Amino acid sequence: MVELALPKNSRIRTGKTWPKPSAEAENLREFRIYRWDPDTGDNPRIDTYFVDQDDCGPMVLDALIKIKNECDPTLTFRRSCREGICGSCSMNVDGGNTLACIKGMADIKGRIRIYPLPHLPVVKDLVPDLTHFYAQHASVMPWLETKTNEPQGEWKQSTGDRRKLDGLYECVMCACCSASCPSYWWNSDRYLGPAALLHAYRWLIDSRDESTGERLDDLEDPFKLYRCHTILNCAQTCPKGLNPAKAIAEIKKMMVERKF
Amino acid sequence: MASSSFRTDYNRVAGLGSAREGAGHWWAQRLTAIALIPLSIAFVFLFGSTLGEGREAAIETFGHPLAALTAILFIAVGFSHLQLGLRIVIEDYVHGRKLAFTLLILNVLLCWGLAAVGVFSVARIAFGYAG
Repeated sequence: MVELALPKNSRIRTGKTWPKPSAEAENLREFRIYRWDPDTGDNPRIDTYFVDQDDCGPMVLDALIKIKNECDPTLTFRRSCREGICGSCSMNVDGGNTLACIKGMADIKGRIRIYPLPHLPVVKDLVPDLTHFYAQHASVMPWLETKTNEPQGEWKQSTGDRRKLDGLYECVMCACCSASCPSYWWNSDRYLGPAALLHAYRWLIDSRDESTGERLDDLEDPFKLYRCHTILNCAQTCPKGLNPAKAIAEIKKMMVERKF
Repeated sequence: MASSSFRTDYNRVAGLGSAREGAGHWWAQRLTAIALIPLSIAFVFLFGSTLGEGREAAIETFGHPLAALTAILFIAVGFSHLQLGLRIVIEDYVHGRKLAFTLLILNVLLCWGLAAVGVFSVARIAFGYAG
């Protein structure tokens, strides 16, 4: 059955309160950040940091980088592009999964609480293990599958067909949606989750793809696809404003369409 | 994911492959849901009209062919919908394989059994049970 309480070694304890940057700083923001180090064997803890907002960029990621550079170099998180296109800095900020680089500190009231994406194994601090998530993405064959040999060059599609990919191709695989989905929390071993299914649909409706039937065959499964109960956390949390739940509903419609 | 089983990540995701079913269940669940909208309203109206009126009044109400048909359809479709829905709940939340299979079997047997009892009871009234 579902475990409602955290195991003993996962219970979160109060951690260290790090010194404030300077006595003169007037615009301080408090950060409560999840810390866990696999090498110590200690329970996870919440550390408290203070950032001078007058001396820092506007986004949550700016503050994290500032903390790492000037206060605590052991704070571990993923980041790369700092403009919402690489999907690296996905984390749980103020109770919602998002990309730290495009989440403004001004949008959050009071202290800012930061945790890793929920219900994924933690590698260290804010870094979750996405191995299984990536393997699920690979399993939906996220590439063009063709059986016709011609043309050997570029495969064209009409502007109308290309437009069908809008709202799908923008996904950066940050895992915010899958990690926000209760169905994915309980059954991620078998349920593909919103991100992988959004990608599956992106190839299902690509006018150039010639494996639609095989793709639907592979997805028609009580667990792979039908664990989606339209909870819609995925659409609500997606930092790119996409709607994985709608993509999943479209797949379900295709499943019925080919039956009759 | 760290594991000592030497299986690849892709192997773990692929599992036993697709069951190639699920669309039928999804369709049946929606179909029974739609059917239950008028059926449950009609049944609540019928059942409510017999409340406090005593046994004879209830037998007379459900003795009418249309009322009996409504009640039989409500019971049959209702339990069918219940069975489909409970299967989802079990698959979602019960992770022990043995317990899950036991509950999945019980779910089917109990829902069919209770539906049979309900349908038989109404039919008996409709076909002139006077005892």
